[in-house]
Amino acid sequence: MTRAVVRHTTAPAAVPAIDMSTRLGSVGLPSPVLTASGCAASGRELDEFFDITSIGAVVTKSIMLEPRSGRATPRMAETPSGMLNSIGLQGPGIHAFLDRDLAWLRERGARVIVSIAGGTTQEFEELARILRDHGGFDALEVNISCPNVADRGQVFACRADSAAGVIGGVRRSTDPDIPVFAKLSPDVTDLGTIALACVRAGADGLSLINTTLGMVIDVDTMRPALAGVTGGLSGPAIRPIAVRCVWQVRDVLPEIPLIGMGGIRNGSDAFEFILAGADAVSVGTVVFHDPSAPARVHAELASIAADRGFARLRDAVSYARREADPVPEDAAGDDLSLPEWV
Amino acid sequence: MPVQMRGEVVSVRRAGQYHVLTVTAPGVPELARPGNFATLAIGDLDSSGLLLRRAFSIHGVQSRGIYGGTIDLVIADSGPGTHWLTQRRRGDVLDIVAPLGRPFALPRDPVSCLLVGGGYGSAPLVFLAEALRERGCRVDVMLGAATEEKLFGVLEAKRIASTVTITTDDGSMGEAGLVTDYLRAAIDRAATDVVYACGPMGMLAAVADIATEAGVYSQCAVEESMACGIGVCMTCVLPVIGDDGVTRMLRSCVEGPVFRGDRVRWDDVGTIPSDTWGAPVEEGRQR
Repeated sequence: MTRAVVRHTTAPAAVPAIDMSTRLGSVGLPSPVLTASGCAASGRELDEFFDITSIGAVVTKSIMLEPRSGRATPRMAETPSGMLNSIGLQGPGIHAFLDRDLAWLRERGARVIVSIAGGTTQEFEELARILRDHGGFDALEVNISCPNVADRGQVFACRADSAAGVIGGVRRSTDPDIPVFAKLSPDVTDLGTIALACVRAGADGLSLINTTLGMVIDVDTMRPALAGVTGGLSGPAIRPIAVRCVWQVRDVLPEIPLIGMGGIRNGSDAFEFILAGADAVSVGTVVFHDPSAPARVHAELASIAADRGFARLRDAVSYARREADPVPEDAAGDDLSLPEWV
Repeated sequence: MPVQMRGEVVSVRRAGQYHVLTVTAPGVPELARPGNFATLAIGDLDSSGLLLRRAFSIHGVQSRGIYGGTIDLVIADSGPGTHWLTQRRRGDVLDIVAPLGRPFALPRDPVSCLLVGGGYGSAPLVFLAEALRERGCRVDVMLGAATEEKLFGVLEAKRIASTVTITTDDGSMGEAGLVTDYLRAAIDRAATDVVYACGPMGMLAAVADIATEAGVYSQCAVEESMACGIGVCMTCVLPVIGDDGVTRMLRSCVEGPVFRGDRVRWDDVGTIPSDTWGAPVEEGRQR
């Protein structure tokens, strides 16, 4: 295997002594850094830039039952610190995916989270059954939140009942040992209710967040910039929304595994998600800027967490949610005696 | 095999309405073939709000010399990202990924080749002409643009080609009109076997049609808007007919940018033709 020579922005630091392993339900991963669905294809292209077996897992582009051409072009518009896309789930269909892409990933030795998408609950269940019979992957991510479908009614993650219907069906059609993650949309009024409904329907964990629906108008043509008119906004521009979503879902689900994603550029951004309550992170759009980003984010995250005194990264999960820091002992002198008016 | 590296700007010089950027890229000259492209990051992600890399076809390579390996890229200042690139100075550092994409297919035999460039689409053509001349091919060049300032590579073309035809829309240099107005006559004159073209989609569509009509093989390098340049984002697709006769939405960045002219469905670019592999079923037929 030949691989691109990747430049180091700074001299490679000594590997910090920190345990980066994480758990997503029944699956243990050596790194909490994953690719993001739709930003890594099936791993092959990125493997030319970094060793895809070195990160936590490759999350594949959402696959559907049948081959799909996707939407017309233009499919993309650059936006401030982000981009808008309207690909429309172009892909080869599940059978070609299994024969070509999943087979390659297993041969390569990568851990794999397969993302599935469907137009109906039955399609999701059928995909889950085909994958159960095939095997050879570590977890499922159920994309019920792709904004680039013609019918907004197909964005299952916009309603608790439709989200739970898909997740329940997939859970029943999947090997009980395979964790099922529901990928949710930020474009809802009460994310906690939808997250709870997915977990009650059998989701082992949640992926937060998919892109948020946006639009750009080209002022030269004076028409929508995308052929699909609206598209999904991703990149650093949406990071605060994503961190907020992880925080809110952690409020209602203190124990459930969460994969955080949305605009992660570097280790510091990834650490924000960990502190908010994510057990793992997906690195997505930044790959279009820096194809070796997932490996870089892993190294930077390890160094940032180690610098802050963590021996295990999982001890930093939800650390921003801790009780008020204790008052340092040397500050607890006579001066702190209660004033008379209390 | 693409390489990601940090390259140092050697020079940025003006050429008509364009800028030619020379940047160190050790190892790339040995790997690059005519038709390959390079992508550059715009600024540092911590300070730049421009996330997406910009793609440029490789204009030339120098494998030796005091800078080690360097590549030349032609930049049109057409927005904040490309403007930032034109403002780089000697010694500035750029994040480069190269070489990318499928290059022009070169003939095994010393045949007659006609190279057609529109605007700065002529950037890869001198690099290509050198490779063709090395194989003993006859090389004729046609360059067209809206105005004289928007032509690129005229002097270099004259140095290497048997004949050079220049056209401008306004007649400010060469013949007045579109380069494709003069294409059929040029094919007949040079007994052309292969047409190579790079430029705007409209020009490529006309070149491919004229070449196919003349019974000549054509190779067209397309300019599609790209987000990643490495095959993962699926934004730069266009409908292309495969060896099996089936139309698929192919990625310009990895399955192109060079396609056989007679295989691209030029009139359908920007759409999903209804017979495309995996095309949505029409609303009426669904019920």
